[in-house]
Amino acid sequence: MESRFRVLFLITAAGLMTGCAATKNLFGMGPEAAPPPSSEPPGQVIDPQVERQEVKEPAIDREDFEVGGFVGIMSIEDFGTNVVYGARLAYHLTEGFFVEGTAGTTEAGETSFEILSGGAQLLSDSERQLTYYNLNLGYNILPGEGFVGEGRAYNTNLYLIAGLGSTRFAGDDRFTVNFGAGYRFLLTDAIALHIDFRDHLFDIDLFGEEKTAHNLEGHLGITVFF
Amino acid sequence: MSEPSTSTIPSTRRKTRSAFADLLVVLFCQLILTGNVQAAEEALRQVAVADPYLEMHTGPGRGYPIFHVVDRGENVSIVVQRTDWYLVRTDRGTEGWVNRDQMELTLNPDGETFNVQRATIEDFTNAKWEIGVLAGDFGGANIVSLYGSYSLNPYVSVEAWGSQILGNFSNGWTGSVNVVHEAFPEWRVSPFFTLGAGVIHTEPKSTIVQGEDRTDQIGHVGAGFRVYTARRFVVRAEYKSYVVFTSRDDNEEVEEWKVGFAFFF
Repeated sequence: MESRFRVLFLITAAGLMTGCAATKNLFGMGPEAAPPPSSEPPGQVIDPQVERQEVKEPAIDREDFEVGGFVGIMSIEDFGTNVVYGARLAYHLTEGFFVEGTAGTTEAGETSFEILSGGAQLLSDSERQLTYYNLNLGYNILPGEGFVGEGRAYNTNLYLIAGLGSTRFAGDDRFTVNFGAGYRFLLTDAIALHIDFRDHLFDIDLFGEEKTAHNLEGHLGITVFF
Repeated sequence: MSEPSTSTIPSTRRKTRSAFADLLVVLFCQLILTGNVQAAEEALRQVAVADPYLEMHTGPGRGYPIFHVVDRGENVSIVVQRTDWYLVRTDRGTEGWVNRDQMELTLNPDGETFNVQRATIEDFTNAKWEIGVLAGDFGGANIVSLYGSYSLNPYVSVEAWGSQILGNFSNGWTGSVNVVHEAFPEWRVSPFFTLGAGVIHTEPKSTIVQGEDRTDQIGHVGAGFRVYTARRFVVRAEYKSYVVFTSRDDNEEVEEWKVGFAFFF
């Protein structure tokens, strides 16, 4: 009898224990289960949802080109002096060197022969028009400052130029060498005034024998850097 | 614009002349205006001074005096770049020119060194574009040439040429396209071979030779050197042998020697 109770007791105790174990698991008080495997590396606690900003730097404005126009006087050998005007485009390679293209036009006057003979014309009207272009290399030989009054200083440059080109005059295109000097006076950092003196040399055989004509030009100009 | 006092000019030419002058004036005004507007609107690049100080000169060139220094850690805005000089503005509005050597020591807002993009001999080898002017002798006549070149790779480039020929007996122009091959583009003196084709237009001088204007096709082979001097400068010398495909029985052959300079970018 006693042993039968003992068996019953043991069975009940075993049943209770298993039930408790199940309840324990149910309430999460059982042995620690391994955490689910994380995809993130250890140590990464917070995932920042901020994207890295790409800093877009504004482009730097380059002002190596200089464009402008000029008006002056040009003396054509044997044909008098007249108004010349034209345009100029320059590219500054370094603080010293620049390359420059110029184009200009003027009108030839009459030779003394034409004036004295009273009617004989050596050239037709279209042949009297002189147009030229030149490609030059320039060098700022004396950069400096000019002082206007006590409180103002302007940057200036004395430069030399030399180059080649072509002149259309007296019905022909003529290979032209030109050289000269100029003074650049910068009103602001972007606008400049110029005074230029140049000699254009080309061969001409209009009076029977070929000679090299010197054609002097002086002009005032204004340019803008861009 | 004052007019020359010649009474023989036809009235039509006067008109075109003054229109040309007007156009120039309008162009100027526009250029000046747009220049100012752009300067006002654009955001400027900011850099921080990392060297003990940044020296500001009164002008963009050697010899211009230093009139202001910016201390380490301060920011400056870059207004404009001209050749090797940068016009910078401080927070207080002082503007001055800073040399590239000093700009190299400033920092971008992200903390990296400011890149000044200095042209080197590597750019001479790898630069895509080149523009140059050459002059010389074209079969006894003077020739002035302008060319533009585009590099397909360091070894092969394509060029377009325009030339004016000024001779004693005839004038004219040529235009051609050629392919240039450089065997050693990394050398400072880089030899090249060239092959091309184009057209030539000749106008015999009416006072000496009786003849008609002609336009013929030309082909040429040539060789020469490109020499890297400094910065973006290239000196170039070349020889070309032209064949002019005339409509007459014989083709003409012309030899050409030229030298000049170019710059790449």
